[in-house]
Amino acid sequence: MKSEHSHHTDHNLDERFVFSDGVRKTIFIILGLGVVFFAIGIAMLALGGSGHDAHALAFSGGESGSVDSGHHGYHWTNRLVVNFWHNNIYFVGITIVGVFFVALQYAAHAGWGVLVKRIPEAFGGFLPIIGGLILLVFVVDAFVGNHVLFHWVDPSLYIENTPNYDPIIAGKQAFLNTPFFIIRMLLFLGGWYAFYLAIRKNSLLEDLEKHTTSKYFWKIKTISTLFIIFFALSSSMSAWDWVLSIDTHWFSTMFGWYVFASWFVTGAATITLGVIFLKEMGYLKSVTESHLHDLGKFVFAFSVFWTYIWFSQFLLIYYANIPEETAYYLERLSSDYYSKFFFVNIFLNFFFPFLSLMTRDAKRKVGILKFVCMVVMFGHWLDFYLMITPGTLKENGGFGFLEIGLAMIYLALFTFVVAKNLAKSPLIAKNHPMLEESLNHHI
Amino acid sequence: METNKHFLVGVFNDQDDLLHAVEHIRHKGVKIHEVYTPYPIHTLEHVLGYKRSWMPKAAFMFGALGTTCAITMQSWMLGYDWPMIIGGKSFIAIPDFVPVTFETTVLFAAFGMSFTFFVSQGLGLFKVPRIFDIRATDDKLVMAIDLGKNKLAEADIKAILSESHADEIYRKDFTDAENNPTFMGYLIDLFNNGVTVSGRKLIR
Repeated sequence: MKSEHSHHTDHNLDERFVFSDGVRKTIFIILGLGVVFFAIGIAMLALGGSGHDAHALAFSGGESGSVDSGHHGYHWTNRLVVNFWHNNIYFVGITIVGVFFVALQYAAHAGWGVLVKRIPEAFGGFLPIIGGLILLVFVVDAFVGNHVLFHWVDPSLYIENTPNYDPIIAGKQAFLNTPFFIIRMLLFLGGWYAFYLAIRKNSLLEDLEKHTTSKYFWKIKTISTLFIIFFALSSSMSAWDWVLSIDTHWFSTMFGWYVFASWFVTGAATITLGVIFLKEMGYLKSVTESHLHDLGKFVFAFSVFWTYIWFSQFLLIYYANIPEETAYYLERLSSDYYSKFFFVNIFLNFFFPFLSLMTRDAKRKVGILKFVCMVVMFGHWLDFYLMITPGTLKENGGFGFLEIGLAMIYLALFTFVVAKNLAKSPLIAKNHPMLEESLNHHI
Repeated sequence: METNKHFLVGVFNDQDDLLHAVEHIRHKGVKIHEVYTPYPIHTLEHVLGYKRSWMPKAAFMFGALGTTCAITMQSWMLGYDWPMIIGGKSFIAIPDFVPVTFETTVLFAAFGMSFTFFVSQGLGLFKVPRIFDIRATDDKLVMAIDLGKNKLAEADIKAILSESHADEIYRKDFTDAENNPTFMGYLIDLFNNGVTVSGRKLIR
């Protein structure tokens, strides 16, 4: 039957995304609202104190948080720093998963996604900005600020026979020290960016050819394979560094996977939303509900995968009941404040996508898919909130205008950069050797 | 009552010919009983006009049954029948039940769906399938048209079949006994003739 449908006379292979005023306006509205919310949040914090005394008292153990942490006193700017870090981690995940998604397509010789691959490919353009923000926030907090994020940067923890000496953290010093941490950070972010540039360069060179060619396909495949190996290690290690080391005493061997799963499902939802929005604007006419179905499968499958990892981490700790391990969950479940997030998290990220995306029809209907993807994106943003906030802010964590506002600012920034990057190249890689397969994709 | 069944069988060599033939024959108003192919042909179910399978719903129901059984079983065993303190947890500790519940759900869904599939396809226990042309398991694409369910005369249907480039056309009759094969008969036949031939003529 292939000969039947392979005339692509009705496919517009040269279309380009125009970063129109309408799109810019939408992004600026999100940015504007974000800035307003953010400003309200700051004003409320700066003028009105923490405003969270109620749950501060309800927090289990009361003083226990400050006993082992040795944190400096709480100041409202702590919450600001933590918010920046939270959004940094969340958005760097979406960004790098875009590149990883493209690499996966090449390494697996997957043909169906050729029509949509320019969208995740464009995500990579956000890497320098989000990478810079990660570095900046860490450096500011470690050298100028209060050591809000990473307790272990405090040099007084490593001096023996002093009251601040922490033998457990001192034992981790060989790995967990500021210079090595920054070297790793630069290595991961730089490596990701280098791989992104290599993939992007060859992908764009392919467009300049006159005919379909497999030359660049094989080049990108080699780069992708190397990237996947690099990403397997770096995604895991960056999760230890940037998220796990917040709870310095605690450790979990599942953590790298846990963060990766959360990143990947968010990335898949973002890619799907990008494709849907472009289709709604009239682009990508050749993308059919079969492509959406496959993208929906990724969101569904990786929601289940995330749950599997999330639960595997929880169950072993719950079952074994060893104090040094349960500390992490006690901090979340024994707190009246965080325990609500804990259950909302599992509902939004497992039960909701699992039940609503289970049927074939749900994955093929734009309306349902769009709504579920938005919920999943929000759900995993909460997941990262729950990973980062309790360990850094303890009983002073909050959720309000500041959190929502800053997330909107980041979202606007991300969308702006990605849309700009997307407009730089044609929307469809017309010389890709597997384009035909994607045009005829039918499931 | 006569229960003999009469079929016209069209044999095709080429997949595209078959797909066009199906479209053409259905267009002419002839009902197709079934098409047998050695490998799955992706668009065949669409040209045959098959509706979406209800199998996923069966799978979900079996899965839900598995979940219910697992939770009931564990709660009853560990909560009521033989309560045990394990790791200081309460008797009915839901997180502990999750792995078994998960596995049971998968097991019920998988087995339930397999059995449902076999039964719905006439491959239930002690059932012997009716075989139109054994070459459909090798290299031929075989279409069966039930003469009893079509108003057109046999000669007309034959003409439509040959119009649509069938490589072979022949009539196949199943007697009452062949339409309702018994498992015992199948075993006796197996004993007499070996595995390659079943209780009826496989090749005309």
